[in-house]
Amino acid sequence: MIPSTPTIGVLALQGAFEVHARRLASLGANTALIRTPEQLAPLDALVLPGGESTTFLWHLERSGFYDILNAFVRTKPVFGTCAGCILLAKEVSNPAQKSFGVLDISVERNAYGRQNDSAILTSETILPGGPLEMVFIRAPRISRIGPGVESLANRETTGGIAASPVLIRQGNLLAATFHPELSEDTRVHQLFLDIVRSAT
Amino acid sequence: MANNNGNHTSTSLRLKTGLAEMLKGGVIMDVMDVDQAIIAEKAGAVAVMALERVPAMIRAQGGVARMSHPGMIKAIQKAVSIPVMAKVRIGHFVEAQVLETLSVDFIDESEVLTPADELHHIDKHAFKTPFVCGAKDLGEALRRIAEGAALIRTKGEPGTGDVIHAVRHMRQITSEIKALTVLSDQELYAAAKNLRAPYELVVSVARTGKLPVPNFSAGGIATPADAALMMQLGAETVFVGSGIFMKEGNIRLEVGLAPNGQPLAPEERAEAESRATAIVRAATHFDDPAIVAEASEDCLGAMKGLAVGTIEVADMMQNRGW
Repeated sequence: MIPSTPTIGVLALQGAFEVHARRLASLGANTALIRTPEQLAPLDALVLPGGESTTFLWHLERSGFYDILNAFVRTKPVFGTCAGCILLAKEVSNPAQKSFGVLDISVERNAYGRQNDSAILTSETILPGGPLEMVFIRAPRISRIGPGVESLANRETTGGIAASPVLIRQGNLLAATFHPELSEDTRVHQLFLDIVRSAT
Repeated sequence: MANNNGNHTSTSLRLKTGLAEMLKGGVIMDVMDVDQAIIAEKAGAVAVMALERVPAMIRAQGGVARMSHPGMIKAIQKAVSIPVMAKVRIGHFVEAQVLETLSVDFIDESEVLTPADELHHIDKHAFKTPFVCGAKDLGEALRRIAEGAALIRTKGEPGTGDVIHAVRHMRQITSEIKALTVLSDQELYAAAKNLRAPYELVVSVARTGKLPVPNFSAGGIATPADAALMMQLGAETVFVGSGIFMKEGNIRLEVGLAPNGQPLAPEERAEAESRATAIVRAATHFDDPAIVAEASEDCLGAMKGLAVGTIEVADMMQNRGW
């Protein structure tokens, strides 16, 4: 039973952890910045933020953090954005790297190019409330989703790169290849809070 | 915070500061070749700064320091998946055009290189690629932000391994920000005049209590404890230049230049790796002294360095920039 004010951790080894924590707090969650494996214990849910996935992995592979987090993402609600989505994926390319493999998707890192190819796009989603602004920064691309994965929003074909899902859900796991924490729109974080509150 | 009205400038600035946001809580390392870039990435760096000579070498060798060779930058872009930054001379907007064409992820308009313009900095709004600029005080930071910088780093004194001026500049900016927050509206006009900074930016800092873009630290950070010190003082990420690939005890002019493609000697490589990983660990766990202690223990040596107090004012890199 999740209490009505859930405690949501944000992995704070590196990256955009502060903006996620601020957003979740503004929506009524208790938040905690997580830098060591012991800090995972009291959490109801976790956000894996954007940043550099290679840096996250470097930190995680020290002091047994990787294995403890690997167990956590299989039992609790987790929201991964950008690098966080890459860590959750079953298969990672460009280049191939280690991941928890809990989310049945294939992800290509930096699929749209470098920072000059970063973009802010607006697109329809299945969330109520009209089009959603999406901030893509050196974004990855989800090239395959498994049968148990629901796509909530797509990025249209851009620069000759085929359309693909950008916001996906598989049970209590939510992942985005864009950065909802960098937009004013709170709907994606609200969706995650709803998932956390209804998790049993 | 940038607003959400979708015009070109605001969209572009949000993308630029968005990348800076992704680099927080980490270490950006100066690298002089592909081999060092790979060491940096494996050690957990969030980005690399591609340059032909680290500041300590520029200081020792003299001469005009310019933008790196495009071939070297491209080779590093190919070798690592993390963002690649590179430096241009202050005011040298054509070097910046070249780096933008090469798709570097961040351009550092840097006092480490020999300035190209003694009055003007680059109009950074004119570029799609984000810029980082150095600052010693709040006025300088706000002038750079007015010109379009998406990220500020305190300057310190590059290439010395002496953290004292990194501390001075961070404390200076922090205290000037605090001072603004207690001023009345009518006092902010005079504050803007004294800071030699645009009034609108001064008002924004006074209201929010922070810079409108992320604030990192650079210049003299050489050990895990230095990195943790700057993070505790308010830096959101640290740049480490000469501190990683300069061997203990002396400044070796040839290290890493590898004109014949020779990699680092195994022993030298192990030492550089230990420094890189230890500083990455300390930057993340900056408020946990037990982990900083472990990282310090794992760190094999530090650059001998050069005490800033012994450098003539005219030889200081931090005074470049206007």
